[in-house]
Amino acid sequence: MNVLSSWRSLSEKIIIPIAALILSLVVFGIFCALNGTNPFAVYSVIYQSAFGSAFSWQGTLVRAAPLMLTALCTALPARLGLVVIGNEGALVMGGIGAIAAGLAFSSLPPLVVQIAMAIAAIILGGIWIMGVGALKYYRGVNETISSLLMNYIAIAILNTLVEGPMRDPSSLNKPSTYPLLEVNWLQSIPGSRVHFGLIYGLIACVIAYFLIQRTTFGFGVRTAGGNIRAAKIAGLPVGKLTLAVCFLAGSCAGLAGMVEVAAIHHRANASLNTGYGYSGILVAFVARNNPLASVLVAILLGGLLASGSGLQRSLGLNDASVLVFQGIVFLVILFSESMYGKLDFFKDRQVPPKITPSTQPIA
Amino acid sequence: MNPKTSEAIATDPETPETASQLPPELDVVNVTKCFGHFIAVENISLTLKPGTFHALLGENGAGKSTLVKCIMGFHAATHGQILIDKQAQEINSPRDACKYGIGMVYQHFTVVPAMTVAENLLLVRPDTPNLINWKEEYKKLQQFMDASPFKIDIDMPVSQLAAGQKQKLEILKQLYLKSRILILDEPTSVLTPQEADEVLGLLRQEVDAGRLSILMISHKFREIMAFTDEVTVLRKGKFAGHGLVKELTVADMAAMMLGEEREAKEVSKTQVDSSELILEVQNLHADKDNGFEAISNMNLTIKSGEIVGIAGVSGNGQRELVEVLAGQRARTGGEIKVNGEHYTATRKEMARHHVFSLPEEPLKNACVPNMSVAENLALRTFDRPPQAMGILLIFKAMREIATNLIQVFSIKTPSPEALIGTLSGGNVQRAVLARELSADKIRLLIVANPVFGLDFAAVEYIHNQLVVARNRGVAVLLVSEDLDEILKLSDRILVISDGKFVYEGTREEADIVTIGQRMAGH
Repeated sequence: MNVLSSWRSLSEKIIIPIAALILSLVVFGIFCALNGTNPFAVYSVIYQSAFGSAFSWQGTLVRAAPLMLTALCTALPARLGLVVIGNEGALVMGGIGAIAAGLAFSSLPPLVVQIAMAIAAIILGGIWIMGVGALKYYRGVNETISSLLMNYIAIAILNTLVEGPMRDPSSLNKPSTYPLLEVNWLQSIPGSRVHFGLIYGLIACVIAYFLIQRTTFGFGVRTAGGNIRAAKIAGLPVGKLTLAVCFLAGSCAGLAGMVEVAAIHHRANASLNTGYGYSGILVAFVARNNPLASVLVAILLGGLLASGSGLQRSLGLNDASVLVFQGIVFLVILFSESMYGKLDFFKDRQVPPKITPSTQPIA
Repeated sequence: MNPKTSEAIATDPETPETASQLPPELDVVNVTKCFGHFIAVENISLTLKPGTFHALLGENGAGKSTLVKCIMGFHAATHGQILIDKQAQEINSPRDACKYGIGMVYQHFTVVPAMTVAENLLLVRPDTPNLINWKEEYKKLQQFMDASPFKIDIDMPVSQLAAGQKQKLEILKQLYLKSRILILDEPTSVLTPQEADEVLGLLRQEVDAGRLSILMISHKFREIMAFTDEVTVLRKGKFAGHGLVKELTVADMAAMMLGEEREAKEVSKTQVDSSELILEVQNLHADKDNGFEAISNMNLTIKSGEIVGIAGVSGNGQRELVEVLAGQRARTGGEIKVNGEHYTATRKEMARHHVFSLPEEPLKNACVPNMSVAENLALRTFDRPPQAMGILLIFKAMREIATNLIQVFSIKTPSPEALIGTLSGGNVQRAVLARELSADKIRLLIVANPVFGLDFAAVEYIHNQLVVARNRGVAVLLVSEDLDEILKLSDRILVISDGKFVYEGTREEADIVTIGQRMAGH
């Protein structure tokens, strides 16, 4: 009976998100058809340019790497019962930290420079979201609103820096910082064009899963997230847990900023805030805040983002069409949240009386 | 009745009443109400004579609220009848009750804070029009307000009203609906004594003028003595007495309410010779959720092997006291010492001083519903060996300990992995009991309403567990709204009222009447 019931509740967690993705595909197909494009051609192009070849797989993974990291920025605080959507801001702050460290220590050995960039990004991104946690715990400020608004502050700080103190005078069209020395770039995994950021993302997700599910720290976090009154009666330091989890969450998104700066852009400019943060929220939602599941979802969504230019090239659809699709996925996933526990198929069956009536809870 | 009132009433086109008419008589005849096997109210009769102020007295859980909900049509009575002017009537909803001129004012406010007084009044009309002619309505409302016993500025937003004014507005809403019989459920529980006297005094004038009959639920003897004509007393769902207030003393009513035969029941207690001071609370202050002071300057000591019972009507600061001691609420002043050391309810201090607690509503206060029984059982010990090695959780050890506790405390659960939120209330309570009482060493146990909502066998079990703990030398703080429980278990009894202790005595010298009066703030 236990196997059966856990099988049912597990299948609920898998089938509902998949059904939501399929429904979004259908809705997006209708959108494309109204636009005069054959939806099946669209699906085919998305598949081809996301997962159709080794080359497209690599493009997908390059995009999945930051998504895995930014997803943790929502998934970790969610275990504490907080809805944090400051991923974009923490990513931008991490990018600023990374470029500052990368330029300041550029003469040191490349490995040292990269470690310094990562640490700076982790600290800056972490403190950024820790501020959200502190506002929540000590002042009762709604964490969703404050983290959203802090995104704008972070982006404004980035713009101020790249147009002012950190501006490279030679960047005329697009104000940017000075570029990183080529030796300090984050290298690609040998034999591919996928950079090491993917490894960072995978490791971070595994550590996050382990931390939440298998450690005393994670136990405290799950307790406080499940019932803050019970956590307090057990004497758990809820304030410290909040700050620590928010720091970890922000540091993951910050690391995503470092990866983008060190492997893709090699400098900091407005290209940093192109939506990896917001897409990370979507990844966490689809993955139901499970760090391991977010690895898979990040790859799926990375593929979708990678297919944008393919759609433009072969079907003449606007580049932003994938963003329409992403928005549809977001709405359908939010809607699907309301379906958990509502469908009879996934409900645990009553214990058949012949097995053992005494196992039924009796008052 | 003054002419303005009849004018206000005459604005209603339906039934222009004559001012001289008394309110109808309300008879409750042999009403019984069962919830499943539980009999909440058994065979109660009472008569609310026209133009009288009638009090319904009883302890928490005596069935007062259930009885008036039967009158209002919230519950269908299992047996019995409601007569209005000697005619049996079917009352199936509060709207039906309204038709017969019966209105109820609830213990908690039901006004909309963001709207003005006028808007709130208009809102309660069953026939609120889709399009409101505000100019017209304002004129009528102003006339109504001028004629009513209470005066409130109708343009005032409700959020700016004081508690007393809000309570007046609740009563005005019923008058606006032309209710002639008012049922008040502890109307003064949120008011200061001055506000209470003012509201009740004005209602008394209305009753004297023959405009209203009032049935008021209360357990404040002072108000009953000062404002009401008749009193009906309930005890544990049964009729316990009736009489004219002028012929009764407070002692008579307390005896009816608490039961004369009530004797402290002996539970096998062993003599524990110890004068070791475990808990010392000095000049403690704490606030309620709304920021007002709940506890002021409280002092309390508990020795080992002693159960100290705190009795009191709910909402007098006992919840806040328990929360401060259990670590759920910050104190605003004073000091708490456990084993002579400064105590701030951190996890480290709880472990060092062996402090445990059984809060009320265990699923809400002491369990994480979406975590397993095993994880909930490990809440106190998950970060210590053998359940943890460094920062790693050892699930095997956690499961073994849980399996053992489930057996010892007979927790009925499908498996240790079942979510605790799926267990029945009694089993959740047992799980918490298992977690809090299974430790090798317990010095201080903080207990609040431990048997609320449990059946007889579970009650006996939990009470015995508490006495066993006491006999082991545990210092027990027992906060309960059930006076029987306090009398049965405590070595020393305190009564809390308005955030202060107003009575202290050993169980041997406990005097029910005095305790009842102190509980009622008399």
